[in-house]
Parts: sequence; structure tokens; C-alpha cells
Amino acid sequence: MLLAAGVAGLVVAMTMMIWRAIVGPSQYDRMLAANSLGTKIVLLIAVIGYLSGRPAFLDIAIVYALINFVTTIALMKFFRYRTLSRPLGPEAKDG
Amino acid sequence: MTYLPGLLVALTVFWFSLSGLTSPYFLVLAVVAVLLALWLSARLGVIGRDASPYHRLPLLLPYVAWLLGQIVKSNIAVIARVVGPRSAIDPAMVLIKTKARTEFGKALFANSITLTPGTVTVDVDGDALKVHALVRENATPASFDQMDRRAARAADDAKRKG
Amino acid sequence: MVDALHLVGGGLVVAGALLTLLGGVGVLRFPDVYTRIHAASLTDTGGATLVLLGLALISGLTLETLKLGLVWVFVMLTTPAAANALANAAFSAGHTPRIGAFQIMKSLAAGEARSDTQRRETSDDDKSSPP
Repeated sequence: MLLAAGVAGLVVAMTMMIWRAIVGPSQYDRMLAANSLGTKIVLLIAVIGYLSGRPAFLDIAIVYALINFVTTIALMKFFRYRTLSRPLGPEAKDG
Repeated sequence: MTYLPGLLVALTVFWFSLSGLTSPYFLVLAVVAVLLALWLSARLGVIGRDASPYHRLPLLLPYVAWLLGQIVKSNIAVIARVVGPRSAIDPAMVLIKTKARTEFGKALFANSITLTPGTVTVDVDGDALKVHALVRENATPASFDQMDRRAARAADDAKRKG
Repeated sequence: MVDALHLVGGGLVVAGALLTLLGGVGVLRFPDVYTRIHAASLTDTGGATLVLLGLALISGLTLETLKLGLVWVFVMLTTPAAANALANAAFSAGHTPRIGAFQIMKSLAAGEARSDTQRRETSDDDKSSPP
């Protein structure tokens, strides 16, 4: 019962993130919303796994957390340099 | 190469914590997977650098515990700003000088700032950190002093270059 | 005993969901990207910690607890890196932070090798699209 309430709260928070991603106004707002939405989805997967008695969902949550991070970094890199084939790091400091 | 056994143990523990299986078939798969990961790490050249930071754990764990306390405190502060009136927030951009000299020390300090709600590191340039803060009075150089000292100690920074 | 643990764990999950909700409210209410990052990090640190801690209490001392710890470590390691990359990308693209008094921003901006001072003065909020 408590877990279901937790799921409901997470879903409402996710709706807020989707709203922020839709209204923007800048691409960074949208990326922030997407990243934060991903974190909430990780939590949602974990809680739903317990709610339905299948803690194996946690493996999916782990994978989702990692993919979420890579997605954010890749998007950020793309929006900044307009390419993904540029090395990151000190030598690539702002051209 | 002293880092190789550490990585081996870490990967094995990681595999078991993910699967928890002990039948012979899966053990063979585990050996294959761990060796594959080791080979890939060797190819990437990440063995033996800061990628295997096990020797840092004794210094890092107390710092992480302290940091968690800070996170709780600033979480409460940020909640008050979120539900408060619009005038409750007073964003500011400040430059913070850090004592840390090594890359690891700077990264630890910058990430600690970012992890604490209410402050975000925007840029690191030499020993100066550009920090965006939600509330101006929480972002004076003095308020970061303690975190800076503790981070430098946890990163074992003092011993290297002073 | 087990029931009590389940109750406390469920309570923590609900508390974490509420914190996440508050973070969402902050992301909707705050005026610009940088302040919204603060609200989102509220979610990602506090909310995730509470929810995962609650689930760990429910599952007890099993392999699942270890996995929950792994999820927590991943979230705590990746969140600041993503937030930092976001703030850095927004700032270096000339996205002006909204601040209380303007002169601090100017003294910082003097060191920047950018010449969009006109935009910096006029674009007080985030309505301007990045270049």
C-alpha cells in the first residue's frame, strides 16, 4: 500500500519533468528534465519491482541508471560541439 | 601491475553481487566475463591509474560519511526554498579558490559541491572553481572552506605537493 | 518485527517520493536553468537515497540490498557529473544565469573570452535561445 503511494508520487513527479521538457524554454532545460526523468524512472523500476514481488527488476534499474548517464553526457557533448567524434578532456578545452 | 589483483577481486565481487549464481556452468561464464573485462581494461590502459582507487578507501569513507550529513542539511535548506515564496531564492555566481593540487582532489571537491543541493560547480580553471549557488549567503568562500579542507585530506593531497 | 521493518521501509519510500515531488515542483517553479539544476539535484540525491534505503529495509539482508546499494552508488556518482556537464555546457554557450545583484556576474564574465556583452545585459532570463 505504501509502495503504491510511492509509485503514485514518482509518477506525478515524472509528469512534472515531462511538462518541463515540453515547455523548455531552452534545450538545457529539456536536457535537465530528461536526465532527472531518467533518475525517477530508475527509482520507479525499483519500486515497481518490489510492488510486484519481482526484485529482479533491480538489474534493469542498474542498466537504466548507467544508460541514463551516458545519454546525458552524449547529448551534452553533441549540443556543445555538434559532433560526437571530438575527444573530451583537458586537451579539448573550449576551442 | 599491483592494481590488477584489486581489479580482479572487484570484478568478481561485482559479478556475484549481480548474479548470485554458483552452478558450474555460470561459474565458467563468470571466469570468461571477468577475464574479458580485465583484457578490455588493459587495452584501455586504465589499470594502475586512478581508475583503481582501492588504496584511497580508508581516507575516502569518513569523508563520504561527512558529506552525506552535509547533503541532508542542504536538502532541508533547498526544500525550504522550493516551497517558499519566489523571493526566497537569491542565486549567485562565485569564484572559489581550492587548496587541492592534484586532479583527483579537485575532482572530488568539485563533485562534492555539485552533489550538495543548492550549489553546482560550473567550471574548473586551475585552482579556481566557478560555483553557482541558489542562496547567496550559503556561497561565501568561507562556507566552502571546511569542505575544501576535508576533501583535500581525503584525496591525500597534502602529502604530494603541499 | 518484519512487519515493522516493512512499515518503516514503506514510509521511507513514500518520503522519498514526496521529496522527488518537491524537486519536481522546484524544477517547475524556479526561474532559470541553473536554479532548476539545484531543484533536480534535490530529487537525485535526497529522493533516491530515501527510496533506495526504504527498499533496502523491506528486502532485509539479501543480495537485493547489495544491488540497491549498487544503484545508489551509480546514481550518486553519475548525478554530479551530469549536472556539472549540463551547467558547464549551458554556461559556455552563453546562457546567462539570473542572479540577485548583477555586478558579480559581470566581474566573472570579464574573464570570459566572449563578446556577447549586449546579450548578457539584456537577456535577464532564459527566454533567449542559445546561439
